[in-house]
Amino acid sequence: MKYKQLIIAVIMILIQLNLIGQEWKVDDVVVYEKFDDLEEIFYQNNDTIQLINFWATWCGPCVKELPYIEELHEKEFNFPLKITLVSLDFAKKIDTKLIPFLNKKEIKSEVVLLNDSKTNQWIDKVDPSWSGSIPIIVIYKGDQRFFFEQEFHSTQELVEIIQKIK
Amino acid sequence: MTKFFSFSVLIPLLFFALPNFHGGLHIGDKAPDFSLKSINGNYVSLEDFEDAKGYIVTFTCNHCPYAVFYEDRLVDLHNKYAPMGYPVIAINPNDPDIQPGDSYDDMIVRAGEKAFPFVYLFDSEQKVYPQYGATKTPHVYLLDKDKIVRYIGAIDDNAREPEEVTERYVENAIAAIEAGKNPDPATTKAIGCSIKVKK
Repeated sequence: MKYKQLIIAVIMILIQLNLIGQEWKVDDVVVYEKFDDLEEIFYQNNDTIQLINFWATWCGPCVKELPYIEELHEKEFNFPLKITLVSLDFAKKIDTKLIPFLNKKEIKSEVVLLNDSKTNQWIDKVDPSWSGSIPIIVIYKGDQRFFFEQEFHSTQELVEIIQKIK
Repeated sequence: MTKFFSFSVLIPLLFFALPNFHGGLHIGDKAPDFSLKSINGNYVSLEDFEDAKGYIVTFTCNHCPYAVFYEDRLVDLHNKYAPMGYPVIAINPNDPDIQPGDSYDDMIVRAGEKAFPFVYLFDSEQKVYPQYGATKTPHVYLLDKDKIVRYIGAIDDNAREPEEVTERYVENAIAAIEAGKNPDPATTKAIGCSIKVKK
């Protein structure tokens, strides 16, 4: 009986350690085949500031910008900040491209993959002014909303925008 | 009083004028001609295509996966429509210092590998793409014979899976022009790589 409890305790500790290690696995990235199933992340109505970044490992400016977004986890704001990285990587290459990248860069944000190739049907739903180039960033809380179709070059630029949110 | 009046009129005018100035071409606008160096070494303008009934002006490049997805389809488009008077005119707008793989020499290599039947031009001074308002590759501007913009956007509705395409936007737009109608949709959106601008 005691051995059983010990084994369970050891297993629990191992699971915990694994979690602390934050090793990305294929199952950690939720794949959305339809934009409509993802759309609710743009309409959360609570006290959290949402930052949503559309990017891909094949997009040079996106990869350059990512560390500035990740650094936001170290900053303090008046409201909790939730960062979602929406990858437009190819679903076939999740295990060979995306997961190794997330591990190499030690990405802490939530990562989802959008695999909806009918782009003309959903680009306007993200923002009507978006032409379709990446990276983009949406920052919002409630009905305060900012949209940027551009690459950011520092964490500070992002901090200043987030601080505008009341 | 006169000073106040002129300012109060001018300032709102400026605000209205600016977005148009920066936004590039819209449907119904006349597209500007250009003279850009092709991979063959000669300079090419729209007016060189004397018998054209239209122009499939496509901002594209070597490196972008979405541009690569469309290489074969761009070749097919040209082979089908150039004989009907609608040549593909491909323009690389990227600065090769920012984007390795998109230099003039790289263009020559890629065009050779894929045997591009269309002209492949280099917007080396990055002056043409802003006039058109292109933001990404690939980005198509379909012009009619008077160089009026009739369609802006994607080649079709599925970049990644050619076999899953259900709407061929550019082909449908050409058919509409040929039938004396306005293309519908006249604009579409697709994911692409941002144009890499010189710093």
